[in-house]
Amino acid sequence: MNAQIAAILTLDGIASGAIYVLIAIGFVLIFAVTRIIFVPFGDITAFTALTLASLENKHLPGTVGMVAVLAAMATLMEIFSLWRKGTLGRVPRALLFYLILPLIPAGVVWLTAGTLLPTALRILLTVAVILPIPPLLNRIVYQPIADATVLLLLIVSVALHFAMSGLGLLFFGPEGVRTQGFVDYTAIIAGTPVSGQAILILGSAIFFSFLLYLFFSFTLTGKALHATALNRTGARLMGIRPQQACTIAFLLGALLAAISGILIAPVNTIFYDSGFLIGLKSFVGAIIGGMVSFPVTAIGSMLVGILESFAAFLSSPFKDVIVFSILIPVLLWRSYTLVHAEDEDEE
Amino acid sequence: MALLSIENVSVSYGKAEAVRNVSLEVDRGQIVTVIGPNGAGKTSLLTSAIGMIPASGRVVFDGVDITSLPTEDRIEMGFCLVPERRELFSEMSVYDNLLLGAYSRRDGSAAIRASMEEVYSRFPRLRERHTQKAGTLSGGERQMLALGRALMAKPKLLMLDEPSLGLAPLITREIFRIIASLHETGVSILLVEQNARAALETASFGYVMETGEIVHSGSSATLIDDPRLIATYLGGGAH
Repeated sequence: MNAQIAAILTLDGIASGAIYVLIAIGFVLIFAVTRIIFVPFGDITAFTALTLASLENKHLPGTVGMVAVLAAMATLMEIFSLWRKGTLGRVPRALLFYLILPLIPAGVVWLTAGTLLPTALRILLTVAVILPIPPLLNRIVYQPIADATVLLLLIVSVALHFAMSGLGLLFFGPEGVRTQGFVDYTAIIAGTPVSGQAILILGSAIFFSFLLYLFFSFTLTGKALHATALNRTGARLMGIRPQQACTIAFLLGALLAAISGILIAPVNTIFYDSGFLIGLKSFVGAIIGGMVSFPVTAIGSMLVGILESFAAFLSSPFKDVIVFSILIPVLLWRSYTLVHAEDEDEE
Repeated sequence: MALLSIENVSVSYGKAEAVRNVSLEVDRGQIVTVIGPNGAGKTSLLTSAIGMIPASGRVVFDGVDITSLPTEDRIEMGFCLVPERRELFSEMSVYDNLLLGAYSRRDGSAAIRASMEEVYSRFPRLRERHTQKAGTLSGGERQMLALGRALMAKPKLLMLDEPSLGLAPLITREIFRIIASLHETGVSILLVEQNARAALETASFGYVMETGEIVHSGSSATLIDDPRLIATYLGGGAH
């Protein structure tokens, strides 16, 4: 291997690492606020890429029907629980958030299916269709068991992932897809060609990470979410509703998953079940960050991307083995150095 | 009419009954204390009143039956709890902790800034440390922050669970002085304490709780002179 190849591999690794960063931050965000390890996160990313490809091929993506069914289920569940609590006055609000808002983008896609819209509009519609899926899943699957243990929530997440990949096969079929590139530009940096798509991926990862940083540092909603993650009891005593915080966390996670799906669509061939491996590799990044630290998570995910790129060059069949093997030293190091959160509050 | 009335409340953990058929009242502008030994069920009583643990019985606040309302709705009504463990956001700054105290308010940022100023002038130490993380504060400062954060919600009634727990005697005295001064702002207080003498000196009315039940009640002046209480809780008079 010479310096030129090393440079190409590093750049390649940074581009895929940037996608892992977005997903890993989503993992940490959802886990911190809700204690749920959202295993189907990668599936959401894959569904985004597949939805975008369907729109490009002028097909009606199956995700539209999925949103409609999920919205109907969530609305019925919400109305039933409002009825049981005797607060039927909140029904119009529930209808707006659980039924009308999710159905608007799905309806637009349904009506315009068959016509090729401009790229920017296709991307926007795809993101808008995907966004409501995780919060709706939260309402249907997780909210009824919100007080369960982390382990039970994890088992439910794994089951949800299998359901999602089954649905993926049903909606999109077994063939892999790859969309057209968004940018047709190649830069030469220090003698190494860098594709515009890679620059776009890295730029987007930096931009959205920075946006999240601003959200958590300067908005009351961001601080309330952070507070819920740090201390649930304390947050409830301030009047912060845990379910509302969970919904916002899932919505932000959905946005990150959708963006990573859009970015990955033109560079990787995505199958209905590709999401799991993408999610699992991002999860390694999130573990490096201890499921709490956003900056360490970002560095960890970059590391995973670069390692994967070199491993693929040196020994392609073992690339996943090498990537997942770094979990062992990381977990050892974590278990020696981590201070357990529950010890910190003692006075 | 009383601001808070707790009627025949019982709390059970499995078969163990922590609170049995307790009724008490807090009037507007009054400081009421519940004293009793460790394990008497005082904390369970407060936690059930705010709606964090299930209980039987009825809770009426400000003329509204809040028995079936979730905690967050009770807080929006101006009913607040400063729990025994403080429950601060240790990784966040003092300023952010105070800001989140006002989360349930809907009266605009100018009013919230004014409250922040009030809290800072009541607790100058918090102003000095406003950028510091809550987890780095001393025990007394944490209690001040917990009180300040609760005041940011502009509560009508503040429930304080063992505000002197784990604090040095000098700081305990300071905290009780502050609690007495809060009273001047019109907020009502339900104070739960093991430090019976300090609590009765601050409050105007007291209840004595033992093994889940109210065993005595009366004005603080009569309780403080009650020979049975002196023998059990008040001892020789030291804090």
